[in-house]
Amino acid sequence: MDAPLTGRIRPDRVPVDLQEYERTGGYQGLRKALRIQPGEIIEMVKASNLRGRGGAGFPTGQKWSFIPTGDDAPKPKYVVANADEMEPGTFKDRVLMEGDPHGVIEGMIIASYAVGAEAAYIFLRREYGPSAAAIKKAIAEAQEAGYLGNNILGSGFSLDMHLHQSAGRYMCGEETGLINSLEGKRANPRDKPPYPALVGLWGKPTVVNNVETLANVPHIVDRGADWYRGLSRTDDGGTKLFGVSGRVKKPGIWELPMGTTLRELLEEHAGGMQDGYKFRGLLPGGASTEYLVEEHLDTPVDFDSLQQHGSRMGTGTVIVLDDKKCPVAMQLNLQHFFAQESCGWCTPCWGGLQWVEQVLRAMEAGEGRPEDIGILEMHTKRLRMGHTFCALAPGAMEPLQSALIHFRDDFEEHVREKRCRWK
Amino acid sequence: MLTAEERQEIDEAIAMSGRNRAACIDAMMAVQAHRGWLSDETVDELAEYLRLTPAELDSVATFYNLIFRQPVGRHVILVCDSVSCWLLDYEPLLDHLKSRLGVDVGGTTADGRFTLLTSVCLGACDRAPVMMLDGALYGNLTPEKIDAILAEHE
Repeated sequence: MDAPLTGRIRPDRVPVDLQEYERTGGYQGLRKALRIQPGEIIEMVKASNLRGRGGAGFPTGQKWSFIPTGDDAPKPKYVVANADEMEPGTFKDRVLMEGDPHGVIEGMIIASYAVGAEAAYIFLRREYGPSAAAIKKAIAEAQEAGYLGNNILGSGFSLDMHLHQSAGRYMCGEETGLINSLEGKRANPRDKPPYPALVGLWGKPTVVNNVETLANVPHIVDRGADWYRGLSRTDDGGTKLFGVSGRVKKPGIWELPMGTTLRELLEEHAGGMQDGYKFRGLLPGGASTEYLVEEHLDTPVDFDSLQQHGSRMGTGTVIVLDDKKCPVAMQLNLQHFFAQESCGWCTPCWGGLQWVEQVLRAMEAGEGRPEDIGILEMHTKRLRMGHTFCALAPGAMEPLQSALIHFRDDFEEHVREKRCRWK
Repeated sequence: MLTAEERQEIDEAIAMSGRNRAACIDAMMAVQAHRGWLSDETVDELAEYLRLTPAELDSVATFYNLIFRQPVGRHVILVCDSVSCWLLDYEPLLDHLKSRLGVDVGGTTADGRFTLLTSVCLGACDRAPVMMLDGALYGNLTPEKIDAILAEHE
């Protein structure tokens, strides 16, 4: 099976250096790209059906096409790699940056050429020390070899690339929060519109793409949109880095065709549940996705299929709940995270999430009241998209509202019996 | 007073964008790497160097989880308390650390050796439960492993 994203990565995870990268076809995508018009590359990426791998699934080619072009377009323009992997339960971009950093860099150079950017930034969470080291070395190698800097490979196109290591906050993963953070501000989200494609970093047109998204780009340009779509089992193009964590036998990350089913991930790749633990449910793509249960396991995982069951693929990294852990306590863990990481910019988010956390904490302490389940349900409606500046609070409500459906008996038991039976 | 080395690191950060403001997070982290934490005096010095007000700089400093505005020990421990580590029972391990160190979360041992903090997901969920000590990641933790890691750090 073709595994373009991880095919080069060494078993010992020592980063692939420039020589090895070039020997295995690296920078061929860039060489091809520089020979064709930027607009053609955008069309190629559109035709590939590549969608954003950070979780939202927005079509990448379409996102690039919003960037103003032509002589009177605002300058400079920027490309930013979102490498702030902080969604709980998500550990995929790390694999690419540590194992094959040139793949991400080549994707950024092609993206920058496609939209006419002069500077590119990698926004990396500081806890990813090995990723930082691999990227710094790869940028230096690429600079030395003429893939970065002035007049890249004699094409007339120039690009500077910089690494920014964040000081840590979940909000930096939201693209306008990330842009504020790159500007040296608190990572509050910006009101939208205008979107970053028109008014982004320092007020200029900016593309923000996830690391995994960018790593796909050289392969699409090198081998074509038809080949790329053919990697997938469904309409969404390409492969996907899927992961599983929780009480499974072999937690890990695997590059598999888009459309691989949850059951294959859980049973074939993760080896099933650990002995003595039973499956109760899962979050399919990080903390901000809705629970799925046994009846959903044969669903293909891609952007559209999971939505038919009220969930979404998110980051594609599955978190498994077992029968030895309390579903209400899991919500408390998740909502504590969201309440803590809320930037405080809008009232429904900072006030609502703290309230939700307090109600869950009371339930876990045996102090839940009958009306508390209704209070949680009210929040799942009032913290929806459109009530807040960004997707943090709406994302927080996804696991909660689905927990109230799939694990309703557990919530009711906590309130009725005034205790948590897992304690 | 900012040292020559600190000033050089800040200038390199400014050169990335040509903007003082954009460099302020890098500047604070660079100085923190030398001093362990940012005192009020350090924030004042940095603000003056970057031509921001101390209040502007402090509003940024207090937003980010890894910028310390209180003294920390020689080694900083970050225990992941997010969902995958919760599923793999990080809580008894955190209790073990608290009792071994004799401090609560947020505390520093009396000898100034360790500061104990929790962290959001460290992005190593296949190795849960995990913690970070001075930037190095330790996975598949057990009480015995934790004891061995502590013993390696004076």
